[in-house]
Amino acid sequence: MPGFDTKMLTKHGGLIALAVLLLINIAITPNFLQLQTLFVNISQVATIAIVAVGMTLVIATAGIDLSVGAVMAVAGALAPLIFLSEFAQAYPTLGLAASIVVPILVALLCGLFNGVLVAYLGVQPIIATLIFFISGRGIAQVLTNGNLQTFSHPGFSYLGTGKILGLPFQGWLVLVIAIVFFYIVNRTMFGRRILAVGGNEKAAKLTGTPVRRVKTGVYVISAGLSGIAGLIVVAINSASDAARIGNLMELDAIASAVVGGTLLMGGKAPIFGAVLGAVIIQLVKYTLLANGVADEVALIAKAGIIVLAVYVQQGRKE
Amino acid sequence: MQPLLKMQGINKSFAGVAALTSAELEIAPGEVHAVIGQNGAGKSTLIKILTGVYRKDSGDITFEEKSWNALSPREAQDNGIATIYQELSLVPLRSVTENVIMGYEPRTKLGLIDWKAAHKRTREILADFGIHIDVTQPLGSFSTAIQQLTAIARAVSLNSRLVIMDEPTSSLDDREVETLFGVVRGLKARGVSVIYISHFLDELFHICDRATIMRDGQTVAVREIAHTTKLGLIADMLGRDPEEIAAAGMTELGGGERERGEVLLEATNLHTDRMLRDVSVTVHKGEIVGLGGLLGSGRTEAARAIFAMDRLRGGSVKSATKGSAFSDPAEAIRAGIGFLTEDRKAEGIVPEMSVRENMTLALLPRLVKGGTIDRTKEEEIVNHFVKALGIKLAHIEQPIRELSGGNQQKVLLARWLALEPDLLILDEPTRGVDVGAKFEIQAIIQEYVEKGVGVLLISSEFEELVEGADRIVVLQDGKSVSELQNPGITEESLIGAIAQSHDTPTDGAAA
Repeated sequence: MPGFDTKMLTKHGGLIALAVLLLINIAITPNFLQLQTLFVNISQVATIAIVAVGMTLVIATAGIDLSVGAVMAVAGALAPLIFLSEFAQAYPTLGLAASIVVPILVALLCGLFNGVLVAYLGVQPIIATLIFFISGRGIAQVLTNGNLQTFSHPGFSYLGTGKILGLPFQGWLVLVIAIVFFYIVNRTMFGRRILAVGGNEKAAKLTGTPVRRVKTGVYVISAGLSGIAGLIVVAINSASDAARIGNLMELDAIASAVVGGTLLMGGKAPIFGAVLGAVIIQLVKYTLLANGVADEVALIAKAGIIVLAVYVQQGRKE
Repeated sequence: MQPLLKMQGINKSFAGVAALTSAELEIAPGEVHAVIGQNGAGKSTLIKILTGVYRKDSGDITFEEKSWNALSPREAQDNGIATIYQELSLVPLRSVTENVIMGYEPRTKLGLIDWKAAHKRTREILADFGIHIDVTQPLGSFSTAIQQLTAIARAVSLNSRLVIMDEPTSSLDDREVETLFGVVRGLKARGVSVIYISHFLDELFHICDRATIMRDGQTVAVREIAHTTKLGLIADMLGRDPEEIAAAGMTELGGGERERGEVLLEATNLHTDRMLRDVSVTVHKGEIVGLGGLLGSGRTEAARAIFAMDRLRGGSVKSATKGSAFSDPAEAIRAGIGFLTEDRKAEGIVPEMSVRENMTLALLPRLVKGGTIDRTKEEEIVNHFVKALGIKLAHIEQPIRELSGGNQQKVLLARWLALEPDLLILDEPTRGVDVGAKFEIQAIIQEYVEKGVGVLLISSEFEELVEGADRIVVLQDGKSVSELQNPGITEESLIGAIAQSHDTPTDGAAA
């Protein structure tokens, strides 16, 4: 069973890469083994990992979602508008709740737009999501008049700076999201159907799978998770810059999913693989930056990882 | 006259299985020559060897009195053999001119493409075929027939001596077919030979001079079309004696009617965009109804229409639970119908998924408890069917793609049996599986029929239909033309019914 062996290899490949990265860092990166380093990495990887989970589901249906960064920007731009409004000043608790719930609802609507384009109108996923990729960030900037919104709001900032049991809140959030979606993929009918649609759409349809609803569903989920990630970015920075939030996130998310073992032709949704992929990509970035290598070089390294991951995937297919 | 092409003693095997055994083909100059045979008879393998897609294992090919061994389709084309495939190998978004002259563009003195000359030349080429269109328009803006004719025009403009047409009329309407025939006759008049591959035997009598009939990888007969009949061709294709077929005919009809249960499904006058014109079939509890007919008669399309894979344009489907046609496969499944498709790989298995996941795909809604799949129940069901159907595997978590064809087919059969269906539509249930698995699958089907399941059986193997079915509805050109009743059906009588309904397509239309 050659397929099985290489599968094991790929699985361990990710973990081995992680171990190697950790050892290299311990050896050469100054102050690597400090809590502060861990916190920085967790807070930076969290948004990538959250978006990557949604991206994994979309790719599992043989789709792709380029709009994740733009959706983050919309959600991230909306939140301060709400909690800085007069309404929120009058009713702080309600205002805070609305500043989290409303942006996520709006994000879900963005996902519905993508999903309808792909599943009901038959637009190719890359084009369908390109529409919002372009327009979404524009919408976010129009909402804020292109201004940088800075704020001091301890309640909202908890999303980005809060700690539970000494670890960053968003780290726990990633864990919860990953567990929930792992369960959905492996234990629910919806999850099974995602894999069936991606694995063989015709067969899925013939066995009564509501292919369109499943496809719409994954784009809605992806957008919803992107919305959450957008809120976290804003909370970390205590500022919202619609031009920057989630910039190039689609690439990081796709890369994480691929490094995590998601097949681009669909049919596989390794949720924890995607989280691991996000961690690896974050660690590579961090290793290079912490050792004084320029950001541009880090980009090249990231591309190298993707090439390697795709290569391993191709090997597995044979 | 020397033949234009002579293929002799051609042998070819794939992975040790013989596809051609000493096959032969001889084409005279200016001849329209049909190559016919059942699926898997070796027609396309023989043609692909000629056009350089495959290499022959042994044998001789002479083309224009020279030894011939094309190493690539391009080389065949350059040496005068052009192939028009079913799927056109043209570029729909580019202009007609570009498609016709592609690779052979006239140049100006500066080395640029001389568009004026190119358009003129294209117009001339097409005018020869009686086509007068704006050649500067994208090819894709014209009908399939025009596109097909453009492909032929291109082939002829390249000074082809032999044009191969593979199912050229399958996507054409009647009027377009006439135009195509005109072109074929035009080719013939210029001394170009044509190899004409078609499942529609009627067409051969309109335009072909001779027919080479293949069966089981061998050339079994070469007939002058003028001196044969459709019955004769069918007899050759199937390896039967035509007189026997004619004698058996439909005379043994109406033998003892078996006890039938209630009506499970009643499809009347089905009509779809995919070649169904008028098909009616009824299935009762506990009976196997066969759909008989040659390839292209609409058997699979009838099944797809019933299962709501194709939209109905006319006719009605009534089931025990619903008085009108299903809106989608999910609804058909809920009504207790299962559909084992013909194409196991493209429409059946989800290759990356495990045997367990593949088997329960249609069953999922019934396995869900509180939003979650009941894994214990799922594994119980899967293990039960693995045992009951004798599916050979390492583990139920093994990816289905690792199983043999026969075992994959059993898993897919189990996918529907697990639903405890009232009606199973089985499209070529034993195709491509080994003999052992075949008998096992047939036995399983029989067992469920005895329990009261109704089966609509589609099979290219007459044996399977004749021995398995209680009744056989005979289809021809998208219409149900007659019905045979068991006991009393023999292979000969079935073949006779198929052949006779070909000869008199208006007779005995099913009520």
